Amino acid sequence: MIKKIITLFLIIIPINSYALIEVDITRGNLDPLPVAVSPLSIDEKSRKSFEKVLKKKNIGEEISIIVENNLTTSGLFNPLSKEAFLQAPDIANLKPRFEDWNLIKAQALITGKVNYIDDKLRVEFRLWDVLAAKEMMALAFTTVPSNWRRVGHIISDKVYERLTGEKGYFDTRIIYVAEDGPKTQRIKKLAIMDQDGFNNKFLTLGNELVLTPRFNPTSQMVTYLSYFKNLPRVYLLDIETGTQEVVGDFPGMTFAPRFSPDGKKIIMSFAKDGKSDIYTMDLENRIVERITNHPSIDTSPSYSPDGKYITFNSDRSGYQQIYLMKSDGTDVKRISFGNGLYGTPVWSPRGDLIAFTKLHKGKFYIGVMRTDGKGERLLTENYYQEAPSWSPNGRVLIFYRETKTNAKGEGFTAKLWSIDLTGYNERQIKTPTDASDPSWSSLLSN
Amino acid sequence: MILSKIFKNTLIILIACLVLSACATKKEIASDIKGSMQGDVYTGTDTVEYLAEGVPDRVFFATNESILTTASRETLRAQAAWMRKNSSINVVLEGHADERGTREYNLALGERRANAAKDYLMTYGISSDRITVLSYGKERPVDSGSNPLSWSKNRRSVTVKAN
Repeated sequence: MIKKIITLFLIIIPINSYALIEVDITRGNLDPLPVAVSPLSIDEKSRKSFEKVLKKKNIGEEISIIVENNLTTSGLFNPLSKEAFLQAPDIANLKPRFEDWNLIKAQALITGKVNYIDDKLRVEFRLWDVLAAKEMMALAFTTVPSNWRRVGHIISDKVYERLTGEKGYFDTRIIYVAEDGPKTQRIKKLAIMDQDGFNNKFLTLGNELVLTPRFNPTSQMVTYLSYFKNLPRVYLLDIETGTQEVVGDFPGMTFAPRFSPDGKKIIMSFAKDGKSDIYTMDLENRIVERITNHPSIDTSPSYSPDGKYITFNSDRSGYQQIYLMKSDGTDVKRISFGNGLYGTPVWSPRGDLIAFTKLHKGKFYIGVMRTDGKGERLLTENYYQEAPSWSPNGRVLIFYRETKTNAKGEGFTAKLWSIDLTGYNERQIKTPTDASDPSWSSLLSN
Repeated sequence: MILSKIFKNTLIILIACLVLSACATKKEIASDIKGSMQGDVYTGTDTVEYLAEGVPDRVFFATNESILTTASRETLRAQAAWMRKNSSINVVLEGHADERGTREYNLALGERRANAAKDYLMTYGISSDRITVLSYGKERPVDSGSNPLSWSKNRRSVTVKAN
């Protein structure tokens, strides 16, 4: 639905680009690439039309600010101050004077143009290599004006992809739990927002406790836990229509839901008589399958991207540890052997890593390990943090962090944070209220 | 290595004793905490409510455990006697965990704790039809503190009248 709204076409396909700029994203980037994001130029007639429709004075500038912010947030780019720009936006888009941009030390330049055509927003943009004095990419989109923020995100994704060689993650959304009220009586609502914190929307009213929302692969559906009528059960919610239903008919609590990578199944835990086991339900034929059968707590299941394996945490060894099994439940083996407790394993979209939460000596860590459990790397340490979720390109993790209260039990907060796989670039993601349990969508376009 | 650790610990305890004897108010707080926990199971009465006279409504657990202590079994026997006397009353056992664990695991742990209480009530003659189990994981702490005593109050199974 969303995808169809934006039509995207290529003006020029870049040819022979090997000598041009490249950004290495595999290491912590301590020296971000200086880039100039020239405001998108706009003629006076178009500017006025958009001001009327969108209540934004200069939509060209607004879109370029989105691009700038995204590039800054990635930690890989350093957008330069616009005050230093010597060339006017409209002329720069036609033919940049590379000496001018070189002078302010820009290595890459983004220019563009916005037009109001038949009630539509038409944007073209170009990416230039300043040192090589060459155009690297040129693209144009036409969409409804209200999609203007997404246009900024799509431009950011295209620039990111062109310069790093990997897909971006800016045209995405985050579903999370918005929190409010005292720690002992938290009000929790499902909320959704753009990856940069804009367009925040609450999806439930807060009448019942809701937890752990997760997107399906197309990001149209969400599975989550709701305490509706004091019966904690896994639900399925269609974001577009708002319809929701209970998943399966279990005589007790179901929790920790996630979709299979093809979106056809929901995998979750079912708790009965003090034991929690992992089950799947096929969303087409409603067939429920039991995957684990053990007197321990087996929960937080997550599929490998090819759907062949499942990672989960279990306390069958006596303590919470991470395990791996085939998707039919056979060949169960423990993979976490470090000191401490391990939980919430989530398989990377690239398939090679598992992100997790670790508790050791009173501290909580977000870390990653290879799928054989080797090569453990702890990315961040804190009083309390858990529940990592991968960006669709597998380069960034989002999670939530809670603060310690003071002697009077005051000062509790819960916030969303992100960190690069490299362990660098830790950032708080601004939300209107306290927040937890984030889940990152797939790329909405392309 | 271990020996030096023991020495270090003794030293810390010695220093702690000195500090405590030097400061009377600190000493009071310290002994109060000690009196409210055994191992790390809460033994105080601060948050406890009563279903009837002499029938406390909750039992407490050690970190990551669902084993019933001697005191918990005594509480549950009192609850069972009260339920046998009031045969029309049904209950919900609300299982809880402290904040020092992952959300999903804690949901399972709360369920396991409430079931430990349920099993014990059943061995004392209460029909499973009269008992519903509801886990809140770490979602509904009674004490918002971030310290071992607060956490011990939150690791609990609470018996609530359902009708």
